[in-house]
Amino acid sequence: MSMITGAPGRAIGTPLDRIDGPQKVTGEAPYAYEHHVESPLYLYPLQSDIARGRITHIDASAAEALPGVVIVITHENAPRLADTSDKEYAVLQSEEVAFRGQFIGAVVAETFETARHAAHLVEISYDEEPHDAVLRADRDDLYVPEQVNAGFPTDTEEGDFEVAYASAAVKLDETYTTPMEHNNPMEPHTTVAVWREGDLTLYESTQGAHPVRRTVAQVFGLDQKRVNVVAPYVGGGFGSKGLPHANTILAALAAQMIEGRPIKFALTRQQMFSCVGYRTPTIQRIRLGADEEGHLTAISHDAIVQTAKIKEFAEQAAVATRMMYATESRRTTHRVAALDVAVPSWMRAPGEAPGMFALESAMDEMAIACGLDPIEFRIRNEPEIDAETGLPYSSRNLVACLREGARRFGWESRDSTPRARREGRWLVGSGVASSTYPVFRLPGSRARVRYEGEGRYAVEIGAADIGTGTWTTLTQIAADALGVGVGEIGLRIGDTTLPQASVEGGSTGITMWGSTIFEAARVFRERHGQNPSEGDEVEAGTPENPETENYAMHAFGAYFAEARVDADTAEVRIPRMTGVFAVGRIINAKTARSQFIGGMTMGLSMALHEESVVDPRFGHVVNHDFAEYHIPTNADVGEIEVSWIEEEDPHVNPMGSKGIGEIGIVGSSAAVANAVYHATGVRVRDLPITPDKLLPL
Amino acid sequence: MRLSCTVNGEKREVENVWEGESLLYVLRERMGLYGSKNACEQGECGSCSVYLDGTLVCSCLVLAGQAEGCEILTVEGLAEDERLHPVQEAFVEAGAVQCGFCTPGFVVATHDLLQRNITPSEAEIREALAGNLCRCTGYEKILDAVRLAAERMAAS
Ligand code: FES
Ligand code: FES
Repeated sequence: MSMITGAPGRAIGTPLDRIDGPQKVTGEAPYAYEHHVESPLYLYPLQSDIARGRITHIDASAAEALPGVVIVITHENAPRLADTSDKEYAVLQSEEVAFRGQFIGAVVAETFETARHAAHLVEISYDEEPHDAVLRADRDDLYVPEQVNAGFPTDTEEGDFEVAYASAAVKLDETYTTPMEHNNPMEPHTTVAVWREGDLTLYESTQGAHPVRRTVAQVFGLDQKRVNVVAPYVGGGFGSKGLPHANTILAALAAQMIEGRPIKFALTRQQMFSCVGYRTPTIQRIRLGADEEGHLTAISHDAIVQTAKIKEFAEQAAVATRMMYATESRRTTHRVAALDVAVPSWMRAPGEAPGMFALESAMDEMAIACGLDPIEFRIRNEPEIDAETGLPYSSRNLVACLREGARRFGWESRDSTPRARREGRWLVGSGVASSTYPVFRLPGSRARVRYEGEGRYAVEIGAADIGTGTWTTLTQIAADALGVGVGEIGLRIGDTTLPQASVEGGSTGITMWGSTIFEAARVFRERHGQNPSEGDEVEAGTPENPETENYAMHAFGAYFAEARVDADTAEVRIPRMTGVFAVGRIINAKTARSQFIGGMTMGLSMALHEESVVDPRFGHVVNHDFAEYHIPTNADVGEIEVSWIEEEDPHVNPMGSKGIGEIGIVGSSAAVANAVYHATGVRVRDLPITPDKLLPL
Repeated sequence: MRLSCTVNGEKREVENVWEGESLLYVLRERMGLYGSKNACEQGECGSCSVYLDGTLVCSCLVLAGQAEGCEILTVEGLAEDERLHPVQEAFVEAGAVQCGFCTPGFVVATHDLLQRNITPSEAEIREALAGNLCRCTGYEKILDAVRLAAERMAAS
């Protein structure tokens, strides 16, 4: 085990080993299901077998008669919730069924297997109504949402797109689609709920303890002080644990009915395909117009996504197109279909991940149409300022990423002709794509710094570590903020007894929590100086960053992929990828590198593997396990080389860092798709790129 | 039923085990050994990997009753006297851990590989870990960790 050491003021930028590493490799780190609780009960949910209608009758007698069953909960006996305005959280409040797989009850028993067995004995009758669970572009009920996810405007218009497009020398008009995808963190969504004397404790797998507390307190009509959420270790989330889902409410409901006994509820892998969010399928039409020299004159991006009838989530698929390239005219739109489906939600880079697949595929096609190298085409259309806000960028090094990546990947010797290289049975090609992700800010974090004597400082903030490295990176940041070594910092995160923190979402964690820790450290030194007394303490909130008024802030990156496609079977292999990022200062090279590689791998997976297949007859995802919903194994991933540009950005935050959790997935699917095109001469515009879409070759 | 077995060198007896329970369930819920994880409970991810009488198994696919009288070694049993096993050390140092939920399974599977073969080839490493899924890391650093552990164990 390597020691935590470091010279004062130098911790940021060192590749410190994970502080939580030893607990994780020994199996000692307690995830949500694993905190010790006295005599727990186990919950197994009942889920609707229809996609729309009403429950007419429930016969739970056989289940209730089973030894070990404590209670069968349905809408008939569940307590009324205080706030049912958000229908995703209005669990067991009526006989209505809004999508297949919706929670319509639960069995609570002395063991998990008893609960599961009993759940299958409950007989439910329905009054079924016809449902509608398929997104299509030609639906006549597509609507215009008030805004799209993250608060962006639904539509934008710059210049006169129609005129510019009509008169463009080179034109492209293509439609790209991405399927429904499920986040599938390795740790299933889990709640252990304990309701004791009016206090509710939730051991929760979440990206934000405080946001869960806020939601649960509101839904149950509780004072926030009576709800405590504990989440020191979380087994991944990728957005699906960013907002609480119905599973948390169901566990808390059961705990309320059986006061005093802890309720343990972890979803099975199959259940994770029905109610904890997913990436909406998208249908995206892109039109590009350019002059003879390959300067873009017209860009339009029209995205169609789905949401649930019970709750709106409108993914912002066209938003990156608003700032990515320079053009004389631009139009972006979002249209939404409300279906009898579960509520879609955040999945790693919602908006950018599907949107940049479409845009960066179209850019590749357009470069070819203009007779330009795809890197040169992008460089030619590099904007001076951010078109969306009219502001200059705090830093924008996309071109440097493209050039550095080209050098590392060996792009120069590439013959641009598609299907020009063959090695035995393999058709070989390479592709490039750009990446971007905004530097979002979220309000409401606070941090506490306390001097504990003997040179040691406690630093407390309710932040989350879902695998991203927060335990380690916030320790490094705190060390530099206080001007001490990392060994002097005792960090505490992942608990609502600590000062409140914003959600680990939108790649905002380090920006928001790190800035807050810097502020708390500054105030601490101001008040208590360099030689504090034991027990000296301050708490401070996130400072404003006035620079957000003056600059547009985004991270950038470029990917290169080599594709090898079997000429007979169309099997696609990606032996190597190169990623170069411009993301400000890297806090920890070791944790950052792993995140970039993981993100690019998820993009590769999006390109080749992932698709939740909905059976329109029943409205559910049929491939609901790892046997059939494919995520990459080690054999699917070749060499991934990651590097970054030294980027000084004094404007983003005190660390000079931009978020890196999501950018890795953005555009990486397009790099793969572009490489597959170059290898085969076949352009696949509908993900995932499965052999059937390439054959015959 | 009653189950008697040895876990990490310690004799264990558990009463009232239902015949349909998996070894994973018994380890976690009845013995409080939460190191082995449940991420699919049907043999697809390797998060629940343990040794059963010296053989690497997915404990979610082993009925508890099959472990009667057996020796079980879990991730909790690999470190000796507070010192991490070289495989565990290598996973931390190589940066092979993110959320850590897949990690115990990878550590046990790597331990098994290096016990059988201290100088594994690239292909042998990949094959040995083919049954373990990780959603966070993209595997690159996990493979580095295996190489690092192999190097160190071969040298010592
Ligand atoms: S939990 Fe056993 S293989 Fe996935
Ligand atoms: S580290 Fe999260 S699944 Fe592997």
